[in-house]
Amino acid sequence: MTTTIATDEFRLLSTSGLLGYGFPEASLAAGLAVKPHMIGVDGGSTDPGPYYLGSGKTVNSRRAMKRDLRLMLRAALGANIPLLVGSCGGSGSDPHLAIVCDIVREIAREDGHHFRLATIHSEQDKASIKRRLADGRIKPLGKAGPLDEATIDRAAHITAMMGSEPWARALDEGAQVILAGRSSDPAPWAACAIRSGQAPAPSWYAGKFLECGATAATPKGHDCLLTTVAGDHIVVEATNPIRVCTPLSAANHSLHENASPCIFVEPGGILDGTDCRFDAVSERTVKISGMQWRPMPYTVKLEAAEFVGYRAITICGTRDPMLIGQIDSFLESVRKNVEDKSAALDVSPNQYKLIFRVYGHNGVMGPREPIQEVRSHELGILAEVIADTQEIASAVLALARVNLLHVDFPGRMCREGNMAFPFSPSDVIPEPSYRFTLSHVVAPNDPYEMFPIEYEAV
Amino acid sequence: MALIRDIAQVCKSKNAGPFELTIDVVFEDRAMFERVRATGALGPPLFARLYGVDVNDVLFTEFPAGNAFKATIPRAVGSGDVGDTDVYGAQQHAPLLDVDIPL
Repeated sequence: MTTTIATDEFRLLSTSGLLGYGFPEASLAAGLAVKPHMIGVDGGSTDPGPYYLGSGKTVNSRRAMKRDLRLMLRAALGANIPLLVGSCGGSGSDPHLAIVCDIVREIAREDGHHFRLATIHSEQDKASIKRRLADGRIKPLGKAGPLDEATIDRAAHITAMMGSEPWARALDEGAQVILAGRSSDPAPWAACAIRSGQAPAPSWYAGKFLECGATAATPKGHDCLLTTVAGDHIVVEATNPIRVCTPLSAANHSLHENASPCIFVEPGGILDGTDCRFDAVSERTVKISGMQWRPMPYTVKLEAAEFVGYRAITICGTRDPMLIGQIDSFLESVRKNVEDKSAALDVSPNQYKLIFRVYGHNGVMGPREPIQEVRSHELGILAEVIADTQEIASAVLALARVNLLHVDFPGRMCREGNMAFPFSPSDVIPEPSYRFTLSHVVAPNDPYEMFPIEYEAV
Repeated sequence: MALIRDIAQVCKSKNAGPFELTIDVVFEDRAMFERVRATGALGPPLFARLYGVDVNDVLFTEFPAGNAFKATIPRAVGSGDVGDTDVYGAQQHAPLLDVDIPL
């Protein structure tokens, strides 16, 4: 069932680019003053890397997410408009969704709110992904190879990225607050606008802005964005008067984290901005028109992360010009010493990975660094060991630290030690290492079956 | 000499998903964008050379509405994978800064 709201424009409010980034309360109040039809925020991204999806930990702190959610809940329930939060907790797996649900229930208890809560799950069980693989429903994206069962088995979590339809169904079924697992970032906004009777192209294009909060405005900052969908166009405006959207700032927003500024693949279609026009409505607002929506066979993207190993690191620096002049051969010599001494501890080279990042040389770009010659008077070295057990990682890292300090090199004058270590203890145990694995899409039977919805009276 | 660092307004890089890196060069106005476009200097071969990737792996887009050029290439390793140096991909733009555009 689709409810048509009696208005020829639909106003969507986003509080920031990510739940927990914060936003000024005055910006939310200014957004509410123009009577938006919904409030939303994107909760997730793959950008902070694979650790979060792999471990189930959140990117932003519980405290920061709770602060944002408290203000958003009060605003949405007070205005009797829905609140939608996508990709909860950063990665949208079940542990992430549970953390955000817990925060919302806690705020409701503390502030005396009552509402119908929908949670939309995106975590996928391995058996169902294997079944879809066997059915030929999973295809690789880009340079990824075909998926295999072993990759599925190794995954710590697998999520699928929902489209707009599960959001719209939860709204149809009376949800006032929707917390969702992994979602296409623009989908919650697109769902609300499409459900109100707006066309898919401007509805999705609106979502592309709203998912990033006020990023399309200048100066940039974590802040609120209002986007109005009206017929064949949208209008974007930062609710904070210090920020302005210009045709150029709005156009250049489509460069952000997208492979193409014009072609965006979404579940069920391609959003094509090739012919978009960006026109100033005022000094602060921009009208965008000309976007197209081309329906495509329905696919959703899969994301997964797997455990790689336990880690130990140490950080040190050298100020010695003779050492700096031969840093690459020196590190190879350290590596060889670590290998020999590890062997004496019954640890073979295939049981660990030793990685050096040399800041002042190629620590930022690694093998893609075009400048080979070292021009710095000091170098910073980050040594990292990854192994199957913490005990091996820490043992090998300790050997790396000692050898960085004491390994001899031609012309060595600094015979008391090669490196300055800033800390005691010098060795640090960070969180384990994970990697992203899937870069694949699956063709579901319908847009809903992979995203079960639960309802709850809070 | 017309180095990108001297004639562009923005030159930046970022992840486009965990396995791709996207690099943007934005010029201040349409006139400069068109002058640079006319040289043909910014294109897949340049990015392939600067980043050591196959020219067929460069997705290059001219974006007049933003006075911008965009190139998307495969990451050397996935974001945060073993040996990655830049989880966000936010510091991979520098080789472009010294490219001389024959204006």
